[in-house]
Order: sequence, then structure tokens, then C-alpha cells
Amino acid sequence: MYSNKVVDFGTPTKRSDNTVTVHIDGKPVCVPEGTSVMRAAVEAGVQVPKLCATDSLESFGSCRLCLVEIDGRRGTPASCTTPCDDGMQVTTQSNKLANLRRGVMELYISDHPLDCLTCPANGNCELQDMAGAVGLRDVRYGYEGENHLVQEKDESNPYFTFDPTKCIVCSRCVRACEETQGTFALTVEGRGFESKIAAGPTNFFDSECVSCGACVQACPTSTLMEKSIVDAGQPDHAVTTTCAYCGVGCSFRAEMQGSEVVRMVPHKDGKANHGHSCVKGRFAWGYATHPDRVKKPMIRKKITDPWREVTWEEAFEYAASEIKRIQAKYGQASTGGITSSRCTNEETFLLQKLVRAGFGNNNVDTCARVCHSPTGYGLKTTLGESAGTQDFDSVDFTDCVIVLGANPTDGHPVFASRMKKRLREGAGLIVIDPRKIDLVRMPHVEADFHLQLRPGANVAVMNALAHVVVTEGLESKDYIAQRCDLDDYTKWRAFISEERNSPEALEEHTGVPADQIRGAARLFAKAPNGAIYYGLGVTEHSQGSTGVMTIANLAMLTGNIGRPGVGVNPLRGQNNVQGACDMGSFPHELPGYRHVSDPAVRELFGKEWGVKIQPEPGLRIPNMFDAAVDGSFKALYVQGEDIAQSDPDTQHVQKALESLECLIVQDIFLNETAKYAHVIFPGSSFLEKDGTFTNAERRISMVRKVMPPLAGLADWEVTVRFAEALGYRMDYKHPSEIMDEIARLTPTFSGVSYDKLNKLGSVQWPCNDAAPEGTPYMHEQEFTRGKGKFVLTEFQATPERTTRKFPLILTTGRTLSQYNVGAQTRRTQNQLWHDEDMIELHPHDAENRGIEHGDMVSMQSRKGDTTMRCVITERMQLGVVYSTFHHPESGANVVTTENSDWATNCPEYKVTAVQVRKVTSNRSDWQQRFDAFAQQQDSLARQGAEDPEQPAK
Amino acid sequence: MDANKLVTMANQIASFFATDPDRTAAVAGTANHIQKFWEPRMRKTLLAAFDDGGDHGMHELVVAALTEHRAGLEPVA
Ligand code: SF4
Ligand code: SF4
Ligand code: SF4
Ligand code: FES
Repeated sequence: MYSNKVVDFGTPTKRSDNTVTVHIDGKPVCVPEGTSVMRAAVEAGVQVPKLCATDSLESFGSCRLCLVEIDGRRGTPASCTTPCDDGMQVTTQSNKLANLRRGVMELYISDHPLDCLTCPANGNCELQDMAGAVGLRDVRYGYEGENHLVQEKDESNPYFTFDPTKCIVCSRCVRACEETQGTFALTVEGRGFESKIAAGPTNFFDSECVSCGACVQACPTSTLMEKSIVDAGQPDHAVTTTCAYCGVGCSFRAEMQGSEVVRMVPHKDGKANHGHSCVKGRFAWGYATHPDRVKKPMIRKKITDPWREVTWEEAFEYAASEIKRIQAKYGQASTGGITSSRCTNEETFLLQKLVRAGFGNNNVDTCARVCHSPTGYGLKTTLGESAGTQDFDSVDFTDCVIVLGANPTDGHPVFASRMKKRLREGAGLIVIDPRKIDLVRMPHVEADFHLQLRPGANVAVMNALAHVVVTEGLESKDYIAQRCDLDDYTKWRAFISEERNSPEALEEHTGVPADQIRGAARLFAKAPNGAIYYGLGVTEHSQGSTGVMTIANLAMLTGNIGRPGVGVNPLRGQNNVQGACDMGSFPHELPGYRHVSDPAVRELFGKEWGVKIQPEPGLRIPNMFDAAVDGSFKALYVQGEDIAQSDPDTQHVQKALESLECLIVQDIFLNETAKYAHVIFPGSSFLEKDGTFTNAERRISMVRKVMPPLAGLADWEVTVRFAEALGYRMDYKHPSEIMDEIARLTPTFSGVSYDKLNKLGSVQWPCNDAAPEGTPYMHEQEFTRGKGKFVLTEFQATPERTTRKFPLILTTGRTLSQYNVGAQTRRTQNQLWHDEDMIELHPHDAENRGIEHGDMVSMQSRKGDTTMRCVITERMQLGVVYSTFHHPESGANVVTTENSDWATNCPEYKVTAVQVRKVTSNRSDWQQRFDAFAQQQDSLARQGAEDPEQPAK
Repeated sequence: MDANKLVTMANQIASFFATDPDRTAAVAGTANHIQKFWEPRMRKTLLAAFDDGGDHGMHELVVAALTEHRAGLEPVA
């Protein structure tokens, strides 16, 4: 439910260049034009009683509790629906108003159970507060009349309850679902006394509800109530922190009882989410205290040995001695490290520092390799900076949106809600996706164009769009002349104008009717502000980097970079993808995207770290696997990443991991990779450490420790202690000192410090002398690289082709309730929504194969095969199948190939030729081997835990 | 490292730069990309394959890059 600990202004803030001054009980206050009297009153320090209003929603004016008197006006207008006029004199308290308000409250309370003392909302209930505020002392109507006090509770949602007996039908929930979330799952049924709130025909769980929690947060009573609060009671304090799931980077208040989280509430002042959340950040945090958490360091000599729990000292000593032994035997370059976008900036910075300074090589990479590395390459090449150009608020000013290879309502739900709001206000929408994603058509949102292309044809479609813009003379000539390199442009213009880049000529590759592409190109080019949002459907292709550059080309061509409402916007998968890349975790770049071959940069870091930095790029993740199989790469330190599950061509990855002599895994769970490990350093969850995450809009936000690390050390401390054991000293007492070092060494971060973050809440880099409070949108006057560079982006079909044996194309993606490899969300009740990965198949493809909805089917590619249950849906186009990859045993990556982006080696997850067949056995050969290996490893882990005395063999 | 796989990767890079009508730029682009992003043992393996005289199906821009930009592609000692 609602939290009465946070100031509520009653109605949303208004954007206006004009201000008006009103007097509230004699006190003058100056507010933007359009502001409600209620909001002005709160700004003047006066809280007018209210029930149906809250500042996340437009006012509604139904409860009549917020009445005021205004000089020169008749009656008692509702302050929430009355806009301020200049010079207005408002009275908020008088006998008349008090009587009216008491009358209203009396009616509400006469139909409300009086079990305040045992109600979970006790102490945090707006209805209770209002009864107090209006001085309600008795209820003249009695409680015996007709009422709603005997209705059943709906407990179907795993995270919150709906108790209709407590409902005052203020419709805040209904409006939250519409305005804040954009799902329209709730309605008010009936009229007058009969009216009640309904979630679909049956209950919340079976309705359209996506469990975002917006209605719960808006509810002023305990009608919609978090089950965690029902169980634990009200919090005693709150700490502001950042969600550790997706790249939206929502700010949350972790509401605590001592060191136990009782509720996560989206933070109203959070600049990425403005008080909204999705089911993951809001509710799926129980994994942090799940019994599966690893709490003790463990070691073993061989992966067939039982694990042995040891002290931290012993684990560090053992790991360090192994690294030294291996380096002595196989050379310095035989070791490396992988960090994760789930780690904080500080942790990632330390890991790459450990590898470069402690291991003495550049073999460090991050999981961004397998998601957004093409964004880094493509945007650096064209615009000069490896980052998205806008803040999320920018979408409020957009007139036409392209969503390309992204599924924001599942992958980036809170941003999707913002975007849907803008779309409901009338912005144009072009969806470019092989699947009919929800955005194509949902309540009050419909795409103007859905370019349903063949997987792998992004570059062709984007080239065709640019071709139409150029050949129809729709390009922004002045912008290009002023902002872009004209030699490159002339060359590119000649290339893109060629007939082979026309939508007609490319139709056989794209599968999209040419007139649709022409229509979409015109819509986008003619919009005053056009913005492109894209995701892994662009990057995870053999032409991933080329795809990113087609986006930059189109944005520059239409003059859509450098102001609000436009831009190139990569939607980052995990919470800290942007940060991980910024922190120098790519093998060729030191922090701030500076190439290791630059002697001045090496000198700068070398001096600070007291070492000599190697001048050659190191191995990227897929190269590490190849080198391991080849025998020249022998030791790997993996922090927070489950490469055995998330990387493509699983069997090759497994072979690589088996070839290592020392695999060190630092994670909160014994994940799939840990099954191949020799050392386990227990990780700490985002609730157990201090640090920062950088979201998709370059926003750096604080992660704050609210409970002690379960295993005793925060992740950054583990790296520091491991480095020490290796003989490389790192002197930090707190992560803020790591950020200070980052700021010293990185020009785009030079103005960042924990003090500033505490003061401003968050900042978007570049943050330096030129932009001390950060940069909401980039490339305002000129591009970071100077002139924007148009790059020739020839379409080249992926080598992965369909054949008679493998006639279907598999593409992969994710679902709202699960997150990535699922290590966290599978350990929460989010499982109720998605407890297995499934293959989606077009009805004709299913019929041809005699497959029915829900059948077990095998999916086979050139690389391997697996079995999953099948869903038949018209979302899919003919010949294309789709699956998620959240569950290790489904082995979606057993079938994906080793193909990768030409520039960055980012794997081509999105295109695999497969065959799908109905099967009788539930497990493929690979899955049977997976089961046996998992069983063996589980028993080795159990033996170790049961027998701590057992010596390492 | 698997030379065939590296040749495939190098060919992919070359196909990207091959669109450039300026051949010198295309060769330099290919060489520069390999130099900037490939770890020394990958470059060594590719150069060794190039030197062994066998037919590895190298894109002609890769051949040109390895010939004309050899010094830059040899790992720094
Ligand atoms: S459920 Fe809560 S928010 Fe919705 S109408 Fe009832 S009291 Fe208001
Ligand atoms: S939880 Fe979200 S989606 Fe579900 S009913 Fe409430 S506001 Fe709507
Ligand atoms: S949208 Fe992303 S960052 Fe926000 S709550 Fe959901 S998972 Fe967390
Ligand atoms: S708060 Fe204004 S009418 Fe309800």
C-alpha cells in the first residue's frame, strides 16, 4: 500500500514556463501555471485532507474531502481539481470546511471495518490519518446499515492481497494501472453503492495484471497490501538504493526492520523511474536470503572432488597460489578474469585493475561482450562515445518512436510504461521485430507500422529506411551540413542511394513489404522529434555492430541527435551494462574507453597503480574459451557471471571450462559455472554492499548496504583481499575511495563522488568541470568525435542459413517475470508466472509437424539439441520460432551457434537454424548428461558442507 | 588457437570494410581492426596460417592487410 512517510503533493508537478502566485491561508507561494491548489498548499506547508488524490496520478475529484474556500468563488471547490490562478486567496481551514469533511469521512467509515489495531496498515493508513485530521469522533449512521464488510479476500497474487472490505472505491488503483503502468487491468464495476474494483473476471493472478505494484502503492487503505507487510508489520526505517535487475536502474526505498527488508518501494524522486517499478525490483528480492546462498568459501583440486569449506584466508591463499603456479608454468597470459554487468562500478573497476595490474595482462572481459559490445563499437565509431545519447525523460518530447529489436514491456518495463504514456498521447510508433511484441497492439497503443522482418535482416531494413529518406529528399540537410563529416556523408549517400538498398530490392531479405518501409521512413523523417530505442535484437547478430551504425546513420540523417525527444537509445539488459563498459572491463580498453595501445593512457594508469600496463589487447570471452580448449589459457576468475549458462554453444563452453586448471567463481549461488570451479568466493547481493550502478541513460546511482554480507565480505573486499594474497596491494577502506580513483583517472567521471551522488541523488556522465551536475543528453552542439561519421553499412546475410534439415529460424528473448539466467528470479515467486522455458511456434509450422499446444518438442540445430514444451501463437511469423533462456536445464544455448559479430565477437544469439519435432522422451541427450552432472555436483557440494574436516586432495 | 575459426573472423571483418570504394582504406581498416581488437596469440596464429602457404580461403583484403600491414600486426615483443 501507499506509504505515508513520504510527502505527497496530491497532484503531479506541471511543466510550464509561466508561474503564478497564490496565497494559501495568507502565505504566498509561487508555482508553475496549471498547478493544483492542493499541490500549491503542500508547497506552502499545508496538507489539505485528501483521499482520492495522490501526486503520481492526475486528479479525479471524487472523494470531496479536499474542499477549500477561495475568495470570490462560490461554494467549496475541490482543491485537487482546481488549478491555481494568479493572486488567488485560498482558505484551507474553517468551521464550514471542517463540518463538510467530517461528513464525508463519516460516510466512508460507516462502511469500513473498524479493526485498525489488527490491520496490517495500522500506523500507515491514509484513511486512518484522514479520520484523525478531520477530527472524526463518532459515526452517526451506525455500522449496521448496508455495507461491504463481508467480501472475500483475493490472495491469488503471490506478493499482495486485495481485501475488498477495506476498499473506499477512490479508484486510485484503477488510475495507477492506467496512467502509471499502462496495463488497464483494473476497472470500477457497477455504480454508486454497488461500485467495486475488479481485476478481470476472476482474480488478480488470472487477469492482465503484470504485478508492477503501482496500484498497491497508490492504495490509501490496506485493501491492496504487500504480503510481506502482512507478515512482518510496518518498517522502522528506509534506505534509498538501486534495483539490481535491469538497465532501467530504478531507485527504491528499501524499507527495513533492523537489517531485514520488509518491502521495496519505488522511490518517488528516483530520476530513472519517478516512483514506478516492475514486478522484479518491487517484489522479487527474496532471493537475497534464499537458503541456496553460498555462505562459506570453498575449494577443491579437481571438479570431481567434493567441495571443502574453508576460511576466507585459506581460499585466498589457495587461489593466489594456483594463479602463480599456472603463470609460472604456462606464462602470464594464461590467466584472466570476467566481470559482470550485475556487479557495481567499483567491483568491476577493481576486477579489471586486478587483472591488468595483479595478473599482468589484459585478459579481462565482461558479459557486455555477449550483449551490448556492438553498441560500444558502433556508437564510438559514428558519434564518438560508447553510450546512449538521452535520458529516459526525453521520451516525453518524442513525436515518433522506432523500437527495434527490443521488447521493452518485458525487458525494460518501467521505461516501457513511460513510453506507452507518450504513445497514448499520440506519438507515432514503428516496431521493427520478427515477433509481434506486446507494443504492436495493446490497450490504447497501436503501432503505426510493424515491420515484421526476418531475423537477421535489421541492417537491410535500416538501410532501406535510410534509402527512402535520402531518395525522397527527406533528410535534414542543414543538420548534416553543420554537424557531420561531409566526405563520409557524400560517400555514404552514394552508397545508400543505390537501387540495391531500396525497400523493393531488399524485400527478399527483409520479408517486409516495401510500401510499409516507405511509409515508416516518411513517418519517422517527418516527425519533429524522432527517437530510436533498440536492444539485443540489434546487437546479437553477426552484423550487430553494423546494425548499431545503421541506427546512428538514420538518426544523423534525420537530424535526431542533440536535444530532448530524439536520440539513439540502447536499452541495456542488465543493471550495470553501461557501467561495466565504462569501467574498462573490455580487454582492449582502460576505463573511459581508452585503448591500451595509447602510451599516454598506459602511463597514467601505470603510475597510479605502480605497474607497467601491457600494450596489447587481451582475450575476449569467446577467445578465452578458444584459447582454453587450445591449452594456452588455464586460469579464470569469474565474478558474478554464469558463463556456462548464458554463453552460446554450451558444449564448447563446457569443454573450455573443463580445460581450466583453476576456475575461481565469485557468486551468490552455486551457479552452472560453479560446477566447473575449483574455488568459490561467496558473493554479496546488492543489499549487502555499497557501490554504484550506471543505467542505460548513463545515470550513476548509489547502491547502499542495508544488511551485512551473509558471508562476511562485500564483493569489493573479496577482490582487494585476493589481490593482496597475490602480492598486489589495494588500499581501500570504502568503495567511495574506489570511485575517487575512477574520477581521478577518467575525464568523463572527474566530477563524480559519493558526496555528489548523496547530494543530487544520481548524475549522468559526462560529469566534469564542463558539466558539474552531469549530462542528460549528449552531443548537443557537436558530436564527441567532432563531426558525426556516416559509416557504410552493407547488408550481409548471416552465414547461418536454413536448409531442408534445419528449416526454421530460432530467435531468443526474455520474459517480464524472469531475469536473464534466472539465478535470482527463479528463487522467488516469480516462478509462478514462468516456471519453464517454452518454444513459441506459428500455428502452421506446428500443424505441419503434428504438434499441439503444450506438447514436448525437440529443437535441434547444427550444434546440439534440447527439448522444451511448445506454445502455439500467432505472435510468431511463419518459419520463425522463439524461446526464452531463463532455466538452465532447458539448454536454449545448447543449440545456439559460435557465429558472432564481425567487430566485437558478440554472439549471434538471435539467429539459429533449427528443426522442431514432437517427441515422446522429455529429455534430450544433452539434458540427460546435464541432469547427471548436476546431480553429481550437488552431491559433491553437500558432502563438502557435511564434512568440513575433509582435507583437499 | 583454431586457425580456421580465426580466418573466418578475419574474413568477416574484411567483408565489412570491402564496401569502401577506396581500397587502401579498406585494407587499412581491416588491418587496423585486427590490430586493435585481437590478442597477440590470435594474430600470431593468423599470421602463421598465412605464412604456411596453404589455402585457407582468406578474403583478398585479409591477404592484403597481412601483407601490407605486417609490422603493425606482429605482436609487440
Ligand atoms: S483498492 Fe485501494 S486504491 Fe483501489 S479503490 Fe479501493 S481503496 Fe482505492
Ligand atoms: S499490479 Fe500493476 S498491472 Fe497489476 S493491477 Fe496493479 S497497477 Fe495494474
Ligand atoms: S524496470 Fe528494471 S530496474 Fe526497474 S524495477 Fe524493474 S527490473 Fe528493476
Ligand atoms: S482528494 Fe480532491 S476530491 Fe478527493
